Amino acid sequence: MKELSLLDENGKRSDGRGIDDLRPIKITVGVVKNADGSAYIEFGKNKIIVAVYGPREVHPKHMALPDRCVLRCRYHMSPFSTDTRKNPAPSRREVEISKVMRESLEPSLILSDYPRAVIDVFVEVIQADGGSRCAGINAASVALADAGINMRDLVSACAAGRIADKIVLDVNDLEDKEGDADMPVAYLPNLEQVTLLQVDGKLSTAQFGECLNKAIDGCKLVYEIQKDALMKKYFGNELEVKEEV
Amino acid sequence: MSSSKRSTIIVEQLRKQQMLEALSRGKRLDGRNYESYRDLKVEIGIIDKASGSAKVTLGNTEVIAGVKVETGEPFEGLENKGALIMSAEVLPTASPHVEPGPPDEDAIELSRVVDRGIRESEMLDLDKLVLIPGKIVYTVFVDCSIINSDGNLLDATSYAVVSALLTSKFPIFEIQDDKVVDTGKTMPPPITTVPVSITAVKIGEAVLLDPTTEEEACMDARITMTTQSDGSIVAVQKGFTGPFTVDQIISYSEIARIKGEEIRSKIKELN
Repeated sequence: MKELSLLDENGKRSDGRGIDDLRPIKITVGVVKNADGSAYIEFGKNKIIVAVYGPREVHPKHMALPDRCVLRCRYHMSPFSTDTRKNPAPSRREVEISKVMRESLEPSLILSDYPRAVIDVFVEVIQADGGSRCAGINAASVALADAGINMRDLVSACAAGRIADKIVLDVNDLEDKEGDADMPVAYLPNLEQVTLLQVDGKLSTAQFGECLNKAIDGCKLVYEIQKDALMKKYFGNELEVKEEV
Repeated sequence: MSSSKRSTIIVEQLRKQQMLEALSRGKRLDGRNYESYRDLKVEIGIIDKASGSAKVTLGNTEVIAGVKVETGEPFEGLENKGALIMSAEVLPTASPHVEPGPPDEDAIELSRVVDRGIRESEMLDLDKLVLIPGKIVYTVFVDCSIINSDGNLLDATSYAVVSALLTSKFPIFEIQDDKVVDTGKTMPPPITTVPVSITAVKIGEAVLLDPTTEEEACMDARITMTTQSDGSIVAVQKGFTGPFTVDQIISYSEIARIKGEEIRSKIKELN
């Protein structure tokens, strides 16, 4: 019964996607005027605003590192972002997501270029769907690029998962709750490195490999959208001119 | 604990002199008149998961309000009324000076002053939001997230709350066998009036409506007045350390009424 509702006989999922389809993604760069860098992402029903402040002076001062920059990350959900109201105080889940998000972004940045400083990344989920951490990472990496932070690569994130015996790309809210496994992955597309990997659910060894590869394929698709969003902000007019020619 | 403090936004002395010089000619640094508001935009229904939502932009200030409706016990002493709970959080995205953590005194004042305008005007008829008197009532949460802060958060937040409430669709709950059941149907909220707050700051002798962050950093005093649809005043808050004379307050109440009416029709139109 459960499988039927998540995946019908034509291979269509609950929201009408095929097993290799991403949800619609839209990224806008530079949405928070006061921030040094910012981005807004719509990833399925996820709506997330990310603002980056820094590099700037560290408060409290004793947190500063002599040889590199401190990266701080805060993932937070607005009380109206979920079906039942979320208490605005940070939950244990948000604390964990903030941590893995920071760890997924850190390898992409050249933090040694900014010793004794801090970069703050604030991720605000104003509407949550499944996969908000991946969506948040995608927007955060674009916002860091918008802030002009020296980086080796963008970070692109996407989840894959298992529904019944099928491995599917980009697990949505319902599939996350009812499905059998969920694997969020963040990836540096040019350096070919994985910077976030979590699994929630059961996967055989073969399924694990398939799932990881599928998630990385998803990351590569997301990467193109991230690049387009940045190009649009910084080279928007030139692109239009080229198209006319 | 509350201690007197320097403005968190440090305006350069030169900029402050520029401002005072402009004010002496009756102009503001962004070219507005004393009594004009910045561009007000309202976008409604941006959060599908909320019963009502609105994003308000007032110049560069940007606020999102979301309405969530649940059921729960009534407040003590208000057994025959629905419960209205409001919160406002100045997100750390809003400016370089905000740090994450529990709300500071400015954020608490903000949510309480906005709350006061809505509650005292009885915008929502809470008598109509009771399921079992004394036991189970509708609980209406209105939560606000300040995304970008460029002054006059009080008015922007208040307009976001009003717009979100005006356009919300409350779920209809019923009592079946002593249990609350969500019927899956919705109803318009019981609205009685539209409260509108108008905020000004005093810099020297000039009284400026809809202040920017820069103007707030130079202010001597601040005043917020909320009027409802019939023009009566439902909430007032004076802020900051400077004084007002009685005459200034009386003449300001007239400005708040006239300007409030203007903004009220704008909000109704935008919704």
